[in-house]
Amino acid sequence: MIPEAVYPAIILSLQIAVVATACALPLAIWIATLLARPQFWGRNLLNAVVHLPLVLPPVVTGYLLLVGFGRQGPIGAWLYDWFGITLAFRWTGAALAAGIMGFPLMVRAIRLAIEAVDPKLAEAAAMLGASRLRIFVTVTVPLTIPGIIAGAVLGFAKALGEFGATITFVAAIPGQTQTIPTAIYALLQVPGQEGAVVGLVIISVTLAIGALIVSEWLTRRAVRR
Amino acid sequence: MIRVDVQKQLGAFALDAQFTAPAGITAIFGRSGAGKSSLIRAIAGLMTPDQGQVEIAGRVLFDTSRNLAPHRRNLGVVFQEPRLFPHMTVAQNLCYGGRHDWGAVIDLLGLAPLLTRYPAKLSGGEAQRVALGRALMSNPAALLLDEPLAALDAARKEEILPYIERLRDDANLPMIYVSHDIAEVARIATSLVLLDAGRVTASGPLEDVLSSPSSLRLLGPRDAGAVISATITAHHTDDALTIVAFDGGTLSLPHIPRDIGQILRLRIPAQDIILAAQKPIGISARNIIPVKITDISQGKGPGAAVKLIAGNTPLLARITGASLRDMDLSVGDDIYAIIKATAVAPKG
Repeated sequence: MIPEAVYPAIILSLQIAVVATACALPLAIWIATLLARPQFWGRNLLNAVVHLPLVLPPVVTGYLLLVGFGRQGPIGAWLYDWFGITLAFRWTGAALAAGIMGFPLMVRAIRLAIEAVDPKLAEAAAMLGASRLRIFVTVTVPLTIPGIIAGAVLGFAKALGEFGATITFVAAIPGQTQTIPTAIYALLQVPGQEGAVVGLVIISVTLAIGALIVSEWLTRRAVRR
Repeated sequence: MIRVDVQKQLGAFALDAQFTAPAGITAIFGRSGAGKSSLIRAIAGLMTPDQGQVEIAGRVLFDTSRNLAPHRRNLGVVFQEPRLFPHMTVAQNLCYGGRHDWGAVIDLLGLAPLLTRYPAKLSGGEAQRVALGRALMSNPAALLLDEPLAALDAARKEEILPYIERLRDDANLPMIYVSHDIAEVARIATSLVLLDAGRVTASGPLEDVLSSPSSLRLLGPRDAGAVISATITAHHTDDALTIVAFDGGTLSLPHIPRDIGQILRLRIPAQDIILAAQKPIGISARNIIPVKITDISQGKGPGAAVKLIAGNTPLLARITGASLRDMDLSVGDDIYAIIKATAVAPKG
């Protein structure tokens, strides 16, 4: 039912989503911790920047990525000159786009979980001699795990479904940057490919539900006491 | 030795408290809103005073040039809520701040059967015992107890108070114990600091503060009353009475389930002492103690505080101003104090 030509899109989508989530998660935890703190200088600005991908049209985000991370862009040129890394029109660029689009969702979920941790526990830990870092690692993070899992799943699902920023930044080159959503879109342009489209749609739905089930299971494991 | 001198403006409330706490348990007593918890938080470093000095065992924790972070103060704190880490077992909670005297603390607090449980599966009393053990295992220079029993019912309190008493008697650890329950304070404290509206109104050895006439004004008629130490000398099982002796006389009290020879602390509420100029006869009260008046103080209210001494034991009585006038009492008089036995019986 699914033409072999779109297999790479499925593999690539998973690869992009996994890499994007894995790279964005530590950063999201850090930013969420910063934002969960009481007022500090630049907090509102940071908050706005983090949430920008959520409110900007994805095409605009993709365009900004292209301007910034393209071979001629300030960051893209620097990355290429120093590390030989090219992002535009590569699967790594797709992972960057997917990670950025999912980032605000991850930060929000994790921040809510951090804010829900009773600050009295941190006081108790401090009185037992724990430094702020130790409190964060031994008390805050373990109690935030359900929120971190929720954030990771949201980010993963967003990365699997990302379309606008991805197609703008890395296009949809079959076998190189074509993901499930861009493959579905391309197949819809060709008459007689409805079967392949349905196949990809079923795979999309399965992956999304699978991610939810895994997150539910992980969350239960984390809070089972 | 703990020296505290802190000033802090909190909105309209001003905390301005100075006291020193020797070894043993120093109780900070005051009504809710008196600033007790703020004072503890200032000592612990959880709140930064505007100015002042906090010194424990010769180590300055806070002054104009120094403000140690809470985790560097080496203090054990037990809060009103146990604040156990919900994702750790009791054993993991206990080790969080160290494993000092692991075996001894487990034995002292009876924690062995709880070690593998999670906090959610503990009763309120058990959780508070774990919190106390956790603070002790961090090997603190002093222990701060912020109303640790306030959230517990009488039976659960009884589960913990003996442990705190044992700690007071066995461990050489200065403790500050915040409470608004005078019976609890009278039972466990060795020194007392009275706090009212952010200020220390009296401080010193427990017996002295509680027998001073000014305590009547500071504590109110319900809570004022001296504390005496008495030894159980006999049980009269037929009458369900226990006889105790103190420096100043003997008292017959309702049966107390303790062994002969044990020393008890008894709180004698000031309003439960009746004064008689002559030795009364034909009276149902059994406890008639000869006393001498050492101080009389009459405030604006209807009551008067009369400080008495029986042997070497100070007592405090509250009588009405009218009685004081009619009986023509004055300092130095030898009179009799009639003590209602039921008022004295210790709990538990």
